[in-house]
Amino acid sequence: MQRQRAAWVTGLGIVSSLGEGQDAHWQALARSPVAAAKIDNSSHAPYAVHPLSAVDIDRLIPSRADRKQMGAWQRLGVHAAGLALDDAGVAGNEQILEYMDLVVAAGNGERDESFDARLLDQICALSTREAAATLNAALASGLRPTLYLGELSNLLAGNIQIVHKVTGSSRTLKGEELAGFSAIEDATRRIAAGQADIVLAGGALNAERNDLLLNYELADSLWAMPFAPVWERSRAGGGFVPGSAAAFLVIEASDHALKRGARAYARISATTSDRVLRAEAGDIAASLRRLGDRLPIGQADHVLGVLSGASGVEPATSEEYSFLKDWIGVPQQRASARAYGTLLGHSVEAHFPIGVALACLALDRNGFFEPFEDNALEVPCTVPPERILVTSVGHWRGEGLALIERVDSSARMA
Amino acid sequence: MRSLTLDSRGRPRIVVTGMGLVTSLGWGKSENWPRLIAGQSGIAHITRFPTDGLKTTIAGTIATPNGTAYSAYTHSLRIAESAADEAIQQAGIGTPGRFPGPLFIATPPSELEWPQLSRLYAHAEPAAGEGYRRLLAAARTRAFDELHHDVAFASIADAMQRRFGTHGEPLSLCTACASGASTIQLAMERLRRGEAEAALCVGTDATVHPEGLVRFSLLSALSTRNDPPEAASRPFSKSRDGFVIAEGAGAVVVETYEHARARGAKPLGVVMGAGEKADCYHRTRSKPDGSAIIGAITKALADADVTSNDIDHVNAHGTSTPENDKMEWLSLAHVLGPRKHAVPVTSNKSQIGHTLIAAGAVEAVIALMTMNEGVIPPTINHHEPDPEIHLDVVSNTARTAQVRSVLSNSFGFGGQNVCLVLAAEPW
Repeated sequence: MQRQRAAWVTGLGIVSSLGEGQDAHWQALARSPVAAAKIDNSSHAPYAVHPLSAVDIDRLIPSRADRKQMGAWQRLGVHAAGLALDDAGVAGNEQILEYMDLVVAAGNGERDESFDARLLDQICALSTREAAATLNAALASGLRPTLYLGELSNLLAGNIQIVHKVTGSSRTLKGEELAGFSAIEDATRRIAAGQADIVLAGGALNAERNDLLLNYELADSLWAMPFAPVWERSRAGGGFVPGSAAAFLVIEASDHALKRGARAYARISATTSDRVLRAEAGDIAASLRRLGDRLPIGQADHVLGVLSGASGVEPATSEEYSFLKDWIGVPQQRASARAYGTLLGHSVEAHFPIGVALACLALDRNGFFEPFEDNALEVPCTVPPERILVTSVGHWRGEGLALIERVDSSARMA
Repeated sequence: MRSLTLDSRGRPRIVVTGMGLVTSLGWGKSENWPRLIAGQSGIAHITRFPTDGLKTTIAGTIATPNGTAYSAYTHSLRIAESAADEAIQQAGIGTPGRFPGPLFIATPPSELEWPQLSRLYAHAEPAAGEGYRRLLAAARTRAFDELHHDVAFASIADAMQRRFGTHGEPLSLCTACASGASTIQLAMERLRRGEAEAALCVGTDATVHPEGLVRFSLLSALSTRNDPPEAASRPFSKSRDGFVIAEGAGAVVVETYEHARARGAKPLGVVMGAGEKADCYHRTRSKPDGSAIIGAITKALADADVTSNDIDHVNAHGTSTPENDKMEWLSLAHVLGPRKHAVPVTSNKSQIGHTLIAAGAVEAVIALMTMNEGVIPPTINHHEPDPEIHLDVVSNTARTAQVRSVLSNSFGFGGQNVCLVLAAEPW
C-alpha cells in the first residue's frame, strides 16, 4: 500500500435553521447564551421541524431553469456545495473541478404532495379495477414530467455537477445517517490511499415535507411532544425532530492543499463504523466501545470535544449516552459533549457531515460550543479541544465514529 | 512489479470467484445462459397490474413466486438474495451466513407505492384531515410499521447484511443506471486499499409498478412499441424508440487474487480496472461531444493499464434509446479508433431489457460468462442497423469468439458514467 496521505478539510458549506455559513453557526452555538432553537410547531403538527433559515438560493444557482428542475432538497444541497467550493477557493476553477470527485449522501426527493392527496381521495372511493385504471390515467396525465428527476437520489449529485461543474466522479450513497458517514469516510480513505486528491462530500435534508415525516413516522422515530433537548427525550420514549440542513465539505490531500496554498480547517484523522443487530439492550453501546477502541483516543492527555449526532431516538440515544459517559467520566480525557441535534434538529443523511463541519469550525476558531442541555455529558469546556470525536449512531441502524484533529499551525499554511 | 497477485502498479489484483444472476429470462446462470445465447427475449406484456391507459404496456418482469404479493422492496430483496446466494455458492467462500468481507449493493428507490398509500389512506378517518395528514394519522396507529422496510433507504442493504453476514456497515449505492457497475468499482477500490480481502457486490432492481413505469414514460425514455413485446428493445437499430424497463439482479464475489489462491478458489475473471467520469451537461443527456463517456472509458483503460487495442469485446450500455446508442457509438468510435468497426459489441438489453439500478452488475456477470464460455450473446432485433452507427454489432445470433477482455459500459441519468475493464486472465 502507498503511504497514507493526510485528509484535510479545506472548505465548508453549511446551511441550517440557524442560518448560512460559518459565522452564523459560530455565533449561535459558541456564544453564551446559546441561541434558541428555531422550531416550527404548527405547520406539520403534531410534529415539529427546524425550518430552513432564509437562504438566497438564486445567488449560487443563478439559472432559473436549473432551479426549476430541482426539488427543494436539491436546491439546498447544491447551494451548500457551492458555499463549500467557494470557501475552499476552487469555485469556478475548471482545472481542479474537472478531476474533483463528488460523494453525496441522499434519500429521495419530494413527492408532489397535493397530487398524491387528490389522487388518493379519488381512487379510494373506487373499486379495485376502476382504481387501477384511474391511477394509470392520472399518473400519466397528472405527474409533472420532470418530477422524477427531483426525486432520484443521485440527482442531488447530478445537479451539483451541472451547476458547479464538479466532474471527476460522482457517487451517491443511500442509508440514512450512515450514508452521510460513509460519504465522508469514502472521501477520506480514497485520499489517504492516493485514489483521489480532492473530494466534495456531504448531504442535504429538507425536513419540511409530509412525505418525509410519513416515512419516519412509519418507523415510529419522530418526536411529537413539546420540544425537549435530545438527551432528555429518552425519558419519554425518544424521537427525532427533523431539521432542514445541508453540509458539504471539501476534503483534500494535504500535499494537494499545500501545493495550491489552501488553508486547512482540520484533519480527518480516523473514521470507523459498524452495524450491530441491536438485538439486546446494550448492543449499541458495546459496538461504540469497540469502535472507540480502534481510534487513537484512549490514553492521550488532550482535551477531547465530542460532537454527538444523537438523534433522540431510542434506544440509540440512551446507549450512546452511556458510552459517552464513560469518556466524560475519565478525568484525563477532559472531555465534554454536545448533541448538536438539539439546536439544528436531526438532518439524517446530512447530520454527520454537519457534525464534521462544526468540528472543523471549532478547531479552526480555537474554541468549542456552549452546552446545549444541562446534564453530565454537556459539561462546560474551558480549554479549547485539540481533537473532536464526531459520533453518528443511526436512528435505526449503524454506528460510526470519526476523529477530527487540529492541523499543526506550521503545516496548515502553505 | 507485475505478478499474478499484483498488477502493473503493484496493487492487489482483483478477481471474481462467484457470480449470480436473475433476469426476466430466468433464475440463475444456468437458466439464463442458454436463453441468452439462443437469442431469446424476456420482454412481455405486463400482467402484474392493469395497463389500461398507459403508453407502454411491456416490461421484462420477474414473476413473484407462487403469486405472492409484489412490492419493490420485497421483490428487489428476493432477487438480490437469490443472485448473491448463487455467487457465494459458486465462490465457495465463507460459511453459510458468514461472508468474510463487506457488502456493496445498488438498490432502487425506497418509497411507498400506491397500494400501500391507499391502504394507509383508507385506514384513517376522513376527520383526520386530507392527504398526508390522513396518511400520517394512519401511520400513528402503528398498524403499518412493517412498511418501514419499503421506505428506509438502507433496508435492502441491511437485510442482505443480516442474511449473508457480511462485515461491517454495507455500502448502499445509487448512481442511477450505472449503480451495478459502481458496486464493483467501489469494492475494487476498497480491496486495493487493503481494507478487505473479499467483497460481495450486488445490483438489484424490481420496480415494474405503475408509477415506476410512468415516470420513465413521462421522460420519453421508454419504447412504446408494445407489439410484439420481444421486438421492442432494439439497440443500435434505426427504428429504436426507447428502452424497455426490466427487473433483474446480478451479484459477484470479488477477492484479491492472493486471497482466492490461498483458499484454492478458481478465478472466473479479473477486474482489471474501472473508470468514472461525471457529466455536467444535462440531467438526462450526455454532452454532445461525448467527452464524459469518453472520459469514463479512457479512465477505465488507464486504471487497468491497457489500451483500447487490448479490448476484445464491448458489453455496451446499449439502452435502445435514440440518444444513448448514438452517443455510445460516437464515444466508442473515438476510443477504439481504427478498430471501431472490428470490435464485437453487444447489448444484453435487447434481450432482457434495461434492469436500471441492477444493469451494471447483471451485465458484468454476462460479460464474464462471455469470456468463460467463448460465446457472445447477440443483440437481438438488429434487423435494420442504424446507418449512422458503424459498430460491429453481434446481430441477432450469438457469435463464437475467444474473448480475453471486455469493456462493460454503464451510463445513468444525472451524468453518471462508469466503465469496467474485465479480463479472462490476469495480464
